[in-house]
Amino acid sequence: MSRSRFDIRAQPGFGFITLFTFFALYLPIAALVVYSFNGAESLSQWGGFSSRWFVAAWQNSAVQDAAIRSLVIALWAAGLATVAALMAALATTRTAPYRGQTLKYALINQPLMVPEIVTAVALLIVFSRIKVWTGYSGLGYLVLAHTAFCIPFAYLPIRARLESMDLTLERAAADLYATRWKTFRHVTLPLLRPAVIAGFMLAFVISLDDVVITEFVKSGGQDTLPTYMLGQLRRETTPEINAIATVFLALSTVLVVIFFFINRKKQ
Amino acid sequence: MNGAEQAAAAARKQDIRSRWLLSAPALLIIFVAAVGPLFVMLLYSFMVKGDYGDVKLGEFSLEGWTSVFFQRDIFDDTLGLADAHLSIIWRSIQLSFFTTVLTVILGFPTAYFIATRPPHTREIWVFLVTIPFWTNLLIRTFAMQQVIRNEGLLNNALMWLGVIKSPLQIMYTDTANLLGMTYVYLPLMVLPLYASIEKLDFRLVEAGYDLYATRFQVLRRIVIPLVRPGIVAGSILVFIPSLGAYVIPRVLGGGKNMMLGNLIEMQFGSGRNWPLGAAMSITLMVLVTVALIFYVRNASRGGAGHV
Repeated sequence: MSRSRFDIRAQPGFGFITLFTFFALYLPIAALVVYSFNGAESLSQWGGFSSRWFVAAWQNSAVQDAAIRSLVIALWAAGLATVAALMAALATTRTAPYRGQTLKYALINQPLMVPEIVTAVALLIVFSRIKVWTGYSGLGYLVLAHTAFCIPFAYLPIRARLESMDLTLERAAADLYATRWKTFRHVTLPLLRPAVIAGFMLAFVISLDDVVITEFVKSGGQDTLPTYMLGQLRRETTPEINAIATVFLALSTVLVVIFFFINRKKQ
Repeated sequence: MNGAEQAAAAARKQDIRSRWLLSAPALLIIFVAAVGPLFVMLLYSFMVKGDYGDVKLGEFSLEGWTSVFFQRDIFDDTLGLADAHLSIIWRSIQLSFFTTVLTVILGFPTAYFIATRPPHTREIWVFLVTIPFWTNLLIRTFAMQQVIRNEGLLNNALMWLGVIKSPLQIMYTDTANLLGMTYVYLPLMVLPLYASIEKLDFRLVEAGYDLYATRFQVLRRIVIPLVRPGIVAGSILVFIPSLGAYVIPRVLGGGKNMMLGNLIEMQFGSGRNWPLGAAMSITLMVLVTVALIFYVRNASRGGAGHV
């Protein structure tokens, strides 16, 4: 077969546009990372290679607080969302259709359908009223709000995995007099483990990344890392923001790579 | 009904009940922290605004809704169209539309190119699209700012090349909004397009060439009609978040180039007009729903391509 054979799949210029697309996707990120190693006082000039802004960010107590708060909220929200999504996935798969099942799907996926700003404003309205009534203004509101929009993301991989499993193994366990809990604990859950981990990680990244809902729900002094950064962007920014963004970027890339490999092994 | 059937029916009933119990936590959380508040917001949009934000509970008025579209003239008290609001709503629709067009122009050839690579390389390309997709939206917006700001990459490069003498003011313009949204939402276009092109039956393309079609004719008459569901899905995935964009116009567009999301936020901040903000949010939801209905109708018709 000669190389010059007419390729029916080729289209002129598509390769070039693809290269441009990837260049455009990665160039801004590269610029952000490069500038985080800028030794100068401000972003407007280049002051030589330096890691001083990473040190500055690391020692900034506002950044530390925000980072810890982000992690705490993400752990709680992803944990709760994964448990709720696992239960919901067990409840909505591997059965003949029943009344209300479509309603369940619609409800579980609802957070994906509504623009974030709308949910954010609606939560602001409701939570501000509850804050006045109860006097409680802790992190609970943020955890609850994050859990809600994390559920569809945790649900997705778990449901997909369940739908590719049949009930044979569970029936065998039941034939051997295993209780429903024992069957779940020793048969279903181990089979689901990769999907549960994937769901948790998706939810974790989604919670960690959230800006809009957090910005509207948080009380004073409850900045997470993204809302802290958003607040800083209003001013003349220093490369410190780049340093924070670079670390953040590295963290979520690592999570996505792990997620990718978990999913690949499954297939 | 005999005994066995009865027992089976009872077991089925029991099963459904336990399935409701199992899904209860997820449904409850979503109801409390996502769906329920939307209804409360609908209620708030019909209330009288409070003096310092919030609303006067229990006092109803249509003021919030009328002021989305109309405003009272401060001199002669006549009702006129609220130009400021309408132009922002219109701008949001326009910008979202152009964002969608730009992402199709870049995304379609990219998705096509990836889908026609050998399977192993394909996976790597897709993975490279996924990474920016999972990167924090704020960070990507900020990254775009690094490129287009006055001392940014683009201006420096153009000045170094001698194309321009002084930096182009891109930040705080509609162009900045457009570039930012195209950049941020591009993966949302590429991924569904890729999924649909990957399933394309290239025997049909071959048949087209056998009938002496040119490359362009094959693209226009065979490939594009067949992958239309993917194009529509990608367009919806880009159009809807663009319409509700908040972070991108706030960071890149600045105060003069607000979009609907920022206008809504303003009513809850300095505007202190919660009913108006609530009514605007619902207007945004209606716009999104219209787009979704358009999608569902097109997606069901899109099947026609798969003869």
